[in-house]
Amino acid sequence: MADQTSHGIGGLTFDKSKRSWPNEFNVFLALILIILLFEALGQILPYMNNQSMLFDFNDARDGTILNMARIKIIILQVSIIGIISLGVTQVIISGGIDLSSGPLVGAAAMIVMSFAQTELVNGNPNPKAVFGAWSFDLPVLVPLIVGLVFGAMIGAINGFFIAFARIPPFIATLGMFLVCRGISQWWTKGQPVSFPTEGYAWIGTGMMPVVWFIGLAILLHLIMRYTVYGKHTYAIGSNEEAARMSGINVRRHKVMVYMIASMLAAFAAIVLSSKNLTAQAGMGQFYELYAIAMAVIGGVSLTGGRGSIIGTVLGAMVFGVIQSGFTYIKLDAFYQLMAMGAIIIGAVVLDQYRQRRAAART
Amino acid sequence: MASDMQTNISGQEAPHSSAPLGEIILETKDLTKHYGGVHALEGANFTLRKGEHVAIMGDNGAGKSTFVRQITGVEERTRGEIIFDGKPVHFAGPLEARNAGIETVFQTLALADQLDVPDNLFLGREIIKWKLGPFSILDYKAMRQRTLDALEKTGVKIPNIRGSIERMSGGQRQCVAIARTATFHSKLTIMDEPTAALGVQETAQVENIIRTLKEAGEPLILVSHNMRQVMDLVDRIVVFRRGRICADLKKEETNGEDVVAYITGAKTQAGYEDAA
Ligand SMILES: Nc1ncnc2c1ncn2[C@@H]1O[C@H](COP(=O)(O)OP(=O)(O)OP(=O)(O)O)[C@@H](O)[C@H]1O
Ligand SMILES: [Mg+2]
Repeated sequence: MADQTSHGIGGLTFDKSKRSWPNEFNVFLALILIILLFEALGQILPYMNNQSMLFDFNDARDGTILNMARIKIIILQVSIIGIISLGVTQVIISGGIDLSSGPLVGAAAMIVMSFAQTELVNGNPNPKAVFGAWSFDLPVLVPLIVGLVFGAMIGAINGFFIAFARIPPFIATLGMFLVCRGISQWWTKGQPVSFPTEGYAWIGTGMMPVVWFIGLAILLHLIMRYTVYGKHTYAIGSNEEAARMSGINVRRHKVMVYMIASMLAAFAAIVLSSKNLTAQAGMGQFYELYAIAMAVIGGVSLTGGRGSIIGTVLGAMVFGVIQSGFTYIKLDAFYQLMAMGAIIIGAVVLDQYRQRRAAART
Repeated sequence: MASDMQTNISGQEAPHSSAPLGEIILETKDLTKHYGGVHALEGANFTLRKGEHVAIMGDNGAGKSTFVRQITGVEERTRGEIIFDGKPVHFAGPLEARNAGIETVFQTLALADQLDVPDNLFLGREIIKWKLGPFSILDYKAMRQRTLDALEKTGVKIPNIRGSIERMSGGQRQCVAIARTATFHSKLTIMDEPTAALGVQETAQVENIIRTLKEAGEPLILVSHNMRQVMDLVDRIVVFRRGRICADLKKEETNGEDVVAYITGAKTQAGYEDAA
């Protein structure tokens, strides 16, 4: 009888100590390397005056040898896009793509904020009021539910066209990209929506975005790793036909995948508008691309079936360090965009290379 | 009185098998599948009785796998009727076929490359620790244990069942697919070329699994190109040619040469002239 500890059968040797590194470890190494690279640039570049990016040995300032202020900013600035990237990760693992998340952030922020306004601002009527008196000072649950339902709806439409009408995910979500941008501009004809209730403002205050990001990352990690939903998502991205033949309801599952992705994007919109205390039609620009980039940098394969939430979280950190590093070495904003583009392409090239190498081994 | 007569007749109808065959488990009438202009399967009338093992033979492209795909609900048939376990069935997908009791090893194996062996074995019917709808928690430990037990029966050698399937040899993959059907009890098992990539030992093991099914009285449809295997294992051979059934031969009344003649078209059985 096979015993419980062995993972092999038939007497072939398997040396557990020689197991290959999980891919997440490579991403972690890349993160370390990139930090070292920026530290080195800080020493080499003449105008940097030997500043360090992440270290600060004058520990009188915050009691650590780290520059906690900058580290906090790095984590804070990836958190909101990070929440989107968690949803995008499971979409890509299922073999799809979601380009609609950025504009969805804009549209969801506008709509949600309209249900989160206060009546009086410094004793005067709210100058940005969208609806009438009934919409003022609603419990915070109302805008939350409105946002999540709106996200679920957009995701369901994406999923329906992809799974049932068999439209390529790229096209379906590109269409939704434009629709959502349209919604966000039409909602108040371009006017920002501002002055939320205290309860709503709490959601994105201080380091709360980081708390949401970490909490949701843990939740999504558990779902992808330990539940039937996660297993089926990997199976569909790995071999959709086999998944179907194994009796998985592939279409229904895909709709769920896109719904969860859009709900996460809508939640990101809530956190973002709460943090900024305002919603603007242009919010979320490039977020869909940055979210995809985080996943791809984290080792999520664009061909599906491969990747993990841990990888994406590390990918988000890499993304944040690079973005912050560019600012730290005083790279101009337009160079930053170009460099970001190059890094995204580089990550995909690396993914292709890994695929080919994996294929060569079989 | 009448029921006694029934038993007698069905007993007489199966003189070629040691065990008396039971009632009909699967019947197809005029089963047809066209892919656009390709008439892959044309008017197949086929019956299988409980406990019976039938081989389907025929050249490449004869329509064998197409026949399997219609029965298992993978594709939607162009026309015809399928009666399974006494009822006409219209499986909307493989899950319904499986829930009705049909276990299938597909020729394409239907494995998810990036998943490991237990994941594949239990794909679509995972063992669950806590039931929470789509977010039910998987019982990895139980699935691993049952995987090892199931694979032991096939005699396959796999160094690490937690490695992804894509790194495994063709034969190992095939054994995983076979173990997947052998693990679950069924009313009908279908295997589409289950031993095509297997070594001598593994083939023998798979043939043993098939014999176990026979002893347990579970009916089987075996698609195979291996004449020795077919002659060893089954009660009856159905030959497909260019999408049509061209012969239905009891094993006792035929031999390898005869079957080859039907496969190549040198001979056509009386009653199947339109397949010529
Ligand atoms: N999806 C499809 N679209 C168009 N034609 C198809 C499709 N599937 C099968 N065919 C055609 O139908 C015919 C029968 O194919 P089938 O797979 O049933 O053959 P087979 O008897 O199983 O052959 P083999 O022994 O090679 O497995 C072939 O001519 C094949 O090209
Ligand atoms: Mg075939």
